[in-house]
Amino acid sequence: MAAPAQSGIAIDVRSISKRFGALEAVDQVSFMVKSGEIFGLLGPNGAGKSTLIRMLTTLVPPTGGTATVAGHDIIHDPNAVRERIGVIPQNMTSDPELTCAENIGIHARLYGITGARRRERTAELLEAVGLSDRANAMASTLSGGMRRRLEIARGLVHDPQILFLDEPTTGLDPVSRVSVWEMVTHLRAQQGRTLLLTTHYMDEADRLCDRVAIVDKGHIVALDTPVALKASVPGASRIELQFDPDLPRGAADLEALPAVKSVRALGSATYRISSDRGPASAQELIDLARAHKLELKSLSVESTSLDDVFLHYTGHGLSEMAEADPQPQRGRA
Amino acid sequence: MKRALALVERDMRKFRRSPALLFASLVLPLVQLVILGNAFGGNIKNVMLGVVNLDHGPESVDVIERVRAVGANARTFLPVDYVDQGVAIGDLRKGELGAVLIIPQHYSRDLLEQHQPRLALITDNTDRSTAGAVDDQMTQLVASINAPQVASREPGQAALDVVEVYPYINYIKYLLPGSVALAIFVMSMIGGGLLFIDDKSRGLHEGYMVTPITKWELILGFNLSGSIKAFIAGETVLVLGAVVADIPNFFEPIRLIELTLMVILTSIALIGMMFFLMARINDPLVPRAIFGVLNTLLFFPSGAVYPIAGFPQWLRWMSAGDPFTYAVHGFRTLLLKDVGISAIGTDVFALALTSTVVLAGATLLFRRTL
Repeated sequence: MAAPAQSGIAIDVRSISKRFGALEAVDQVSFMVKSGEIFGLLGPNGAGKSTLIRMLTTLVPPTGGTATVAGHDIIHDPNAVRERIGVIPQNMTSDPELTCAENIGIHARLYGITGARRRERTAELLEAVGLSDRANAMASTLSGGMRRRLEIARGLVHDPQILFLDEPTTGLDPVSRVSVWEMVTHLRAQQGRTLLLTTHYMDEADRLCDRVAIVDKGHIVALDTPVALKASVPGASRIELQFDPDLPRGAADLEALPAVKSVRALGSATYRISSDRGPASAQELIDLARAHKLELKSLSVESTSLDDVFLHYTGHGLSEMAEADPQPQRGRA
Repeated sequence: MKRALALVERDMRKFRRSPALLFASLVLPLVQLVILGNAFGGNIKNVMLGVVNLDHGPESVDVIERVRAVGANARTFLPVDYVDQGVAIGDLRKGELGAVLIIPQHYSRDLLEQHQPRLALITDNTDRSTAGAVDDQMTQLVASINAPQVASREPGQAALDVVEVYPYINYIKYLLPGSVALAIFVMSMIGGGLLFIDDKSRGLHEGYMVTPITKWELILGFNLSGSIKAFIAGETVLVLGAVVADIPNFFEPIRLIELTLMVILTSIALIGMMFFLMARINDPLVPRAIFGVLNTLLFFPSGAVYPIAGFPQWLRWMSAGDPFTYAVHGFRTLLLKDVGISAIGTDVFALALTSTVVLAGATLLFRRTL
């Protein structure tokens, strides 16, 4: 089933909105996800990511706008959407009182997969997520990482075209996170499956996603590849360097360089420069030192992060928002 | 339909693994059957009766002999002689006596002179059952004193012979139908309503709702699995209870089939009612808060422990609207009267109507979205 949609567009979201009483959780959001793409929704808790994913997976009806998923309208043809998507919700929804094999087997039956095919598919998926040896273990006995892998296996039982992962690594230890990342990368590599994931981890979005939409207060404030998003932040690369001896005209020599946006003297012939060109600026600085026959005692380049992007577009840092609202409510995000 | 069976499979696997759930749903009805069945409905015996004889004449001795005869045979009461009336009444108030019989002064003389002397029976009416039993026994005793020694030549007096149409039915047999209905209800609450809300609050329903299972299949799956569990509980209490209560000819095949059909119908009605009540509930504390009240509201007005004929009018109306009433009546008719399914047409209709109404209501209320 996991073949790319013929149009090349897996998900087409058109002015979708969701209101809970006075709260506009998602406000006229539009975007498209290409087939075979890993698309990330990045934002803090409460930004509207989970509400958005719940609307796209037909769990929550929108109050405005609509979307097509795998070519089917989420409002008018929800069952066709459900047949073509796999969902790994933010909350663990596997049954703790069933074994791993039973959890997958019963989910297979919900997709109409029965008999020998069901047994084969269960074994294949347990093997794929590295849980074959825990097939008969109760889900309640699994670690957080294993349970998340079980959830992923369950979401793949019917070989969906599009996989939705709502904060797939939240609450996992670093080793389990890396394991889930590898699995996500592998899933895209297989048959060009499309993945849409939400996260509030910058490194996760940066590492996994082809394109990232930055979500804040129910709106998409920026959408592009991680590289392009970082490049869109003016002067966001920071370079710190020390000359020996100091430059003849000090900061003025540095300000004359085309790559340099601003200079701050830190004392002891040390300067902090902001630049649009990132690491490429380093060559100009080396050439400057040579021209004045100075020694470059130290030079460090700090690249733009998605945190800088988030700060640039929203006016506040992602980590501070996440700390301020650590527990998303059910039905909202 | 196939997808609904996935929910049934899930519930049956979990049910098989939690014998505690079955045990819990069976224990209350069976314990109630055995304890209440033996505690109520027995003959009252060994009530301490203080006897104060202020007469000491021959007729008072006759009364005391008759009282002692009851104490030695029927043992409804055990006479204790008192000299002082005040001491006897004081002991009655302290609970050391159940009743006090006072034979007044000049009782023998007044009786012989046909002045209609009056014996006094003072009872502890905080316990109406015991007081009533002593009252009945003493009334018979006084009637025997008044009975003529020689047959009257007056025209014959009418008498009433009571013939019971069924073999003797003790209280445990009377209670069994209510216990079967209660077992089904307890399983409907724990294995139906409570499990449904707990699964919902744990997010398990979200896992099903992202699959292509339809609203109808979800409703069918939840109700079918709940009804199967309620049926297992009801049928188990029916069989064990019938053995404990010694129901005659219980294992007669036709009767067993009729009773089983009644268990199935009751299970569907009560699970449907539970699903209807829980369709819009999300907070797992709500069912825990209402189930105790619901049990009282449905079980006691049903006639399970006391005949509806003894209820005030408002409670009879409540009984008429209580599906439990029809389940209890149906089980009682099949278990104690053994008159076949034709005698429970009203009960079957009421339970089928309840099932239809609550399932239709639940379908309207149930939302397939979060």
